[in-house]
Amino acid sequence: MLRLGHDVYLRMVAHALDGLPLEACGLLAAVPGSDLVEAVYPCRNAAESARLYELHSLDHLHADRDAEAQGLEIVGVYHSHTHTDPYPSPTDVEQAPVPEWHYVLVSLREPEPMVRSYRIVDGTVSEESIVLDDR
Amino acid sequence: MTGSIEVVPVEVRVPTVLRKDAGGQATIKANGATVGEVFEDVVRQFPLLAGKVVTEEGTLHRFVNVYRNDEDVRFGGGLEAPVEDDDVISILPAVAGG
Repeated sequence: MLRLGHDVYLRMVAHALDGLPLEACGLLAAVPGSDLVEAVYPCRNAAESARLYELHSLDHLHADRDAEAQGLEIVGVYHSHTHTDPYPSPTDVEQAPVPEWHYVLVSLREPEPMVRSYRIVDGTVSEESIVLDDR
Repeated sequence: MTGSIEVVPVEVRVPTVLRKDAGGQATIKANGATVGEVFEDVVRQFPLLAGKVVTEEGTLHRFVNVYRNDEDVRFGGGLEAPVEDDDVISILPAVAGG
């Protein structure tokens, strides 16, 4: 399960929409050991592509530092699919770097954004539920 | 060459995904005059990290990004980049997909 603060959810979806027509991506941070995402870090897509994303490594570095300064750690990555389902593509699975992370997809295929979260471990994808936290 | 290069300890930040190979540590103190030498020292201390950051061919692994402070070392001298006192070397997993 992945719990998202309401503001985190809105910022993530807004960033995905802002990024159109390109894919947008960013990082999610939580208190270590918690599944409640408390911070979102929109990052640049270094690939500048509508079909691929490459998290800008300097933005990654800064997100990592900021999260640590707040007592948080990076627990996942989100990216948008502009014209396809909110399901990890073969490239997403192949390149998933951290088994402990949550992999969040924001699909903009329909007028209403669709958000889904997955675990990707050794090439195996399993969907997990997303709970919006109103605190 | 004029004189010897001073060897300084620097902090190497290890990403979560590699910590199990670094004795669970988030940071490692290592010595070296260049980024490459620092990683050689890191591997001496934690042999399980061999091949995880620097390939057997002696190049940076394509699945990691390495920063010396705020500079991507791929664009700043690579493994030959000199390190100085209080530099922080950060290893980050490359995050990409489709």
